[in-house]
Amino acid sequence: MDFDGLVRDFPDLTTTGLEQGAIYALVALGYTLVYGVLRLINFAHSEVFMIGTVAALGTWQAMGYNQDSSVSGIGLILLLVLAGLAAAVVASTLTAVAVERVAYRPLRRRNAPPLAFLITAIGASFVLFEAVGLFSDNIGIGGERGPFGMVRPFQPATLFSIGGWDITNTQVLVVFSALGMLVALDLFVNRSRLGRGIRAVAQDPDTAALMGVNKDRVILLVFVIGGIMAGAAALLWNVTYAFSRFDVGFLIGLKAFSAAVLGGIGNLRGALLGGLLLGVVENYASGLFGGEWKDFTGFVVLIVLLMFRPTGLLGESLGRARA
Amino acid sequence: MNAHVEKVRSRGRSMRARWDSMPRQVRWIALLALVVFLYLLPNRWFYINLWYFRTMESDMATVLFETSFFVLLAVGLNVVVGFAGLLDLGYFGFFAVGAYTVALLTSPESRFDVGWPWLAAVPAAVAVTMISGVILGGPTLRLRGDYLAIVTLGFAEMIRLYAARNEGIANGQRGIPEIPHPVPSVKGSDGQALFGVVDARPYYWLTLTIIIFVILGVRNLTRSRVGRAWVAIREDEDAAQIMGVPTFKYKLWAFAIGAAVGGLSGALFAGKQSFINSDSFQLTNSILVLAAVILGGAGNIYGAVIGAFITWYLPEWVRGIGGVIGLEINVAEYRILIFGAVLIVMMIFRPQGILPSRRRAAEFADRRQEAAPTEASA
Repeated sequence: MDFDGLVRDFPDLTTTGLEQGAIYALVALGYTLVYGVLRLINFAHSEVFMIGTVAALGTWQAMGYNQDSSVSGIGLILLLVLAGLAAAVVASTLTAVAVERVAYRPLRRRNAPPLAFLITAIGASFVLFEAVGLFSDNIGIGGERGPFGMVRPFQPATLFSIGGWDITNTQVLVVFSALGMLVALDLFVNRSRLGRGIRAVAQDPDTAALMGVNKDRVILLVFVIGGIMAGAAALLWNVTYAFSRFDVGFLIGLKAFSAAVLGGIGNLRGALLGGLLLGVVENYASGLFGGEWKDFTGFVVLIVLLMFRPTGLLGESLGRARA
Repeated sequence: MNAHVEKVRSRGRSMRARWDSMPRQVRWIALLALVVFLYLLPNRWFYINLWYFRTMESDMATVLFETSFFVLLAVGLNVVVGFAGLLDLGYFGFFAVGAYTVALLTSPESRFDVGWPWLAAVPAAVAVTMISGVILGGPTLRLRGDYLAIVTLGFAEMIRLYAARNEGIANGQRGIPEIPHPVPSVKGSDGQALFGVVDARPYYWLTLTIIIFVILGVRNLTRSRVGRAWVAIREDEDAAQIMGVPTFKYKLWAFAIGAAVGGLSGALFAGKQSFINSDSFQLTNSILVLAAVILGGAGNIYGAVIGAFITWYLPEWVRGIGGVIGLEINVAEYRILIFGAVLIVMMIFRPQGILPSRRRAAEFADRRQEAAPTEASA
């Protein structure tokens, strides 16, 4: 137990925690949306995120930038970020939709038991990450299951500091884009016509179908939104950490799921709260017990939470949150 | 297409009926012959005559040992997934706990350095894995099944990460060497210890014997009150609860028994390899075991055995055959890709598996029929 270290690094641990937590929150939204509508944990969502990071990396390499190249000029930075974002979002969304089509829809048609959905989901997840692991060499994005390095569109630098709290530019970017996307999503679900459809299906799928809501389309929409959020998270990950790996999604997925449960799975605002909280707690724990315990924290939080408050901090349910 | 499928199915049914209607003595003798065959299989003078069945590229005895030990894992996981209907995605976590318990108790290199003999460490390993199963299952089995799946998945990965990073107990990446082999006092015909480094046959025989006992135990369990409770829980947990089945208790039992078998195979593995580190416990292995159970037929012990055989033996065999005809086909490298896809395909088209348990096949057919009207409208 290193209390001095915790106190000394407290500002630093907090800001990096918030940064990581924002990425968890964006991925957690995907889990939460699908769970809210289908009552199903979409295991393959971690791979949706991974495909996003790999797609952005591939695009940057196709544009001729790798981990050794340096980037200067605001126009070029903007171009790289936007191209990466577009690639990540498109790839993640397509993956999410493909998983829905291949692994979930046929089972829904056949009224399969819940266990079957989990099994196809884990199958899809392994097919995706194994494909990237096996063939990453051939498509030229790094090789042999090692970490793939990539270009940094801009170097992390301290933007400003308030009373000893150094805030870097990536932290500002990550946290504020996550917040912005969450606000937009919240408005979309609660105010728009399509969002009303999502809430209706989440509350009662059969009645919603009777009222003229196209259930399959709503489900597809939910996967698309989850994919977009995961793609954005993937870009933010790339900008912050500048590496990817075929199994990078696994730990992020597990932590994002823990974050979703922490905030109350099925609850959009809960995903944000849970993500930020988990990121910060995890960093404090690594300051306190040492870095090897960092990844453990999310898992321990999940188990303890399931024991005492399985509905999370803000309560479950997308439909009832603002019905 | 459909007529053909129907024909194959009816043939399978009639074969099953014929087997069931044979006199008990004939069935026993057939099973006995199979067991004798399996015991003879790793001997060179025996398998050399089985031209196309043996593996050409790799040592037959080693492949058989790996297969047998994979079969043991599948039989254990089948109790959890097939009988009780709980999805355990981190089965290799228990395997790792068992292996590390043995390693820490026996190896002179371990931090504790108590130097137990292997045989004494095995029951300890089984007990420790069972306890870890109860600790993990306690909070999660009261909730919906999905939580169990993700918690077990996380558990397996956490065990691996901890083993890789912790220097104090698990020795990090360096792992724990010098784990003693089983029972060094038993000597072979050449005066060397029977369980040595080179010859994999004794390990195969040991595992095969353990498998037979585990299968007998599990089979008797499924025909008892406990087995009926598991089926009731799998089919409809709420209804089982209303009828007075203590569902949580029996789910925890299934989970703990599955964990114990996983720990047992971990102990065997540590005794054979005599060296372990975190690389032996990749998460993908858990999924391979799950794929084996699903492919073979969850809920049927023999289905799980056949599934494990296909998942492990077949890729090695195909590699050997490819070598004979001059092609380099390394299916084993694509194993996870292939069996990940197998999970999806099986769940969609034949959720009951190759060799289904009859009751489970009926459950799936029932649900499918319920869905029929909605399919027409969709």
